[in-house]
Amino acid sequence: MNAPLQIPQSAIAKPRLQPRLRRPLHAPDFAKVLDTLGAWVLALVWIAPLLFALWAALQPSGSALALDFSAPLTFQNFIDVWNAVPWAGYFINTLILVTLILIGQLVLCTLAGFAFARFEFRGRDALFMLVLLQLFILPEVLIVENYAIVAKLGLFDTALGIGLPYMASAFGIFLLRQAFKSVPIELEEAARIEGCSWMAVLWKVYVPAAKPVYLAYALVSIATHWNNFLWPLIVTNSPDTRPLTVGLSLFGAPETGVDISVISAATIMTILPLLVGFLIFQRQFIQAFLRAGIR
Amino acid sequence: MTRLPENNRPQNNLITLQKRRQALYGWMLMAPALALLSLFAFYPTIATFFSSLFSRGTTRHPSVFAGFENYGDLFADPTFWTVASNNLIYAGVTIPVSIIFALIMALWANAHIPARSFIRSAYFTPTILPMIAAANLWLFFYTPDLGIIDRITGFFGAEPTNWLGQPETALAAVIIVTIWKEAGFFMIFYLAALQTIPPDLREAARIEGAGRWTYTRRVLLPLLMPTTIFVFVNALINSVKLIDHLFILTKGGPNNASKLILYWIWEMAFAYFDRPHAAAMTMMVLLVLGIVAIAQFRLVEKRTHYR
Repeated sequence: MNAPLQIPQSAIAKPRLQPRLRRPLHAPDFAKVLDTLGAWVLALVWIAPLLFALWAALQPSGSALALDFSAPLTFQNFIDVWNAVPWAGYFINTLILVTLILIGQLVLCTLAGFAFARFEFRGRDALFMLVLLQLFILPEVLIVENYAIVAKLGLFDTALGIGLPYMASAFGIFLLRQAFKSVPIELEEAARIEGCSWMAVLWKVYVPAAKPVYLAYALVSIATHWNNFLWPLIVTNSPDTRPLTVGLSLFGAPETGVDISVISAATIMTILPLLVGFLIFQRQFIQAFLRAGIR
Repeated sequence: MTRLPENNRPQNNLITLQKRRQALYGWMLMAPALALLSLFAFYPTIATFFSSLFSRGTTRHPSVFAGFENYGDLFADPTFWTVASNNLIYAGVTIPVSIIFALIMALWANAHIPARSFIRSAYFTPTILPMIAAANLWLFFYTPDLGIIDRITGFFGAEPTNWLGQPETALAAVIIVTIWKEAGFFMIFYLAALQTIPPDLREAARIEGAGRWTYTRRVLLPLLMPTTIFVFVNALINSVKLIDHLFILTKGGPNNASKLILYWIWEMAFAYFDRPHAAAMTMMVLLVLGIVAIAQFRLVEKRTHYR
C-alpha cells in the first residue's frame, strides 16, 4: 500500500549515467536553495492560520488580538467552551453519525460492488452508469427534496436521517467494484470448489483481498462526514443530534459577540481528534486520499 | 446465443438456470444500495423538477401548476444574476489558482528538500479540516483593524479594511479560504502522478539542453494532463459544493456580494421557505453538473487505454 510514495527515492538513487552538463558539481545550487526557501515559505503560510488559532486559543480571553507574544498561556478558553455548550454531546453525536454512515456504506457498497464486479445480468452496465452519475448529482445539491423525504420518513432530527442519504455511496460502490475486479478469478473458483456459497466467497475471498481499499475508503469517509456541515445543519434541530460542525457554527458566529480566543478554542476542540489522527496516520491518510481519488 | 443440438438441451437448460440465478443474486445484492440511491438521488431529482413547475402554495392559495414560471421569476430576479456571476467568478478563480498551487506544491513536495514530510503535511492539513473550522481560523485574519491582515497592512500605514464587510473584497476573502482548503488535496493527485514519471526523462531533457522551464512545460505538463483533467472536474464540483464557510464569514453579504448558488438555494428553501424557486435553481445546477458528467464520461471513454 505504501508503494507509490516510496518509488521515487529508490528510482532517483540510481547512479547517474551521465554527468551533469549544465553546471559544475560543486558550485552552490541556487535553484535548489530557491526551491527550499519557496517550499518552506509556502508551508509556513499554509499552516499559519492553524498556528495562530492554536496560539489564540491559549491566550486569556480578549487579549488574543493584542498579539502580545509574551502573555502567559492559559487553558481557560477550553474550559469556558466546554461549559458553555454541550460539547461532549456534540462529540458523541459526531462519533455516532460517522460510525453509522461508515457501517452502512461498507455493507451496502460491498454488496453492490460485488454484484457489479462479478455478476452478469441484463441492465447491469446501464445501472452502473446511473450509479456513476450520482458522483455528479451531489447529495448537497438535492437538499430541498431530500429534506422533504427525510421528514416524511419521520427521520428528521435523527442520526439515521443525517446518515441515510450518504450510505449508498456511488463512490464506494465504484471503488469496491474496481477492487473486486482485480481479484484473480482462480481464487474464487478454488473457494467455490471447496463448497463455499456466494456469501462465503465474498466474505472469505473478496473482502480480505480488498482490505487496503476498505481502509482507504474508511479514512476518507470518516474525514468527510466528520467535517460535513450543510446537510446536518438542515436535518438537525436539537443538541441531542447536532454534530460538532453544526455546534461550532452556532457557537462561533461572529455576531454572537464571542471572543476570538474562545472561538479559536472551540475550533481547535472540533478539529483536534481528526488532526491528531491525521498526524499519527499521516502516510496512510495521504495514501487513502490518493487511492480514493484515482477513479 | 448459438443454437445447441437437440441432445444437449438438458445442459442448455442448466446454463439458463444458472444465468437466471446469477441475475437474481445480482439484483438482490444490489437491492439495498439501489433502494437508497433511488430514494435520495434519483427520486429527488425528478421530484425537484416537478416542484420547480408548481407555484408556491400558501394556506389561501394552494400550489398550482405554473409551467416554467419559476424559472422566469429567477431570470427576472437581479439576485439570480448576481449569485450566478459570483459563482462564475468563484469557479473561474478557485479552479485555476488551486490547480497552479497544487502543482507547485506537488513539485516541491516531490523534490529533495529538507523536512519534506513536514512540508507535505503542512500543505495537506487544511484538507482534513471542516470548512466551518477553516472559516473560523480565517476570521482571525480578516477581522477589521484587529485581524492579522490589517495588522500587517497597518504596519505599512494602510487604513483598516473590513475585508468581509465590503462588497469589493468579500467574495475575494471567501475565494482565498477555498483555495487554501482545496489546493493541498489536489496536490496529492499531482504527487501521485509525478511519482510515476521516470527520472530518466529529466536527465534526457537536460542532456538535450532543455532548461527547467522547458522541461516542465514540454515534458511534465503534457504527462500530467490526465491528472489535471481529473483535478479540474473535482475543482468544478467543489465550486458548487464548497459553501459552508459562507455561513461563518459573510452569510452571502454584504448585499449578496459573496452569495453563491448553493447557499442561495439553502436560503430560499430554509430561510424563506420558497421551495419552488429553490427547486428551479437546483434544476439548473443539476443540468450543469449533468453536462459536466457526460463530458467527462466521453473523455474517459476516449482515454480508456490510460486507465
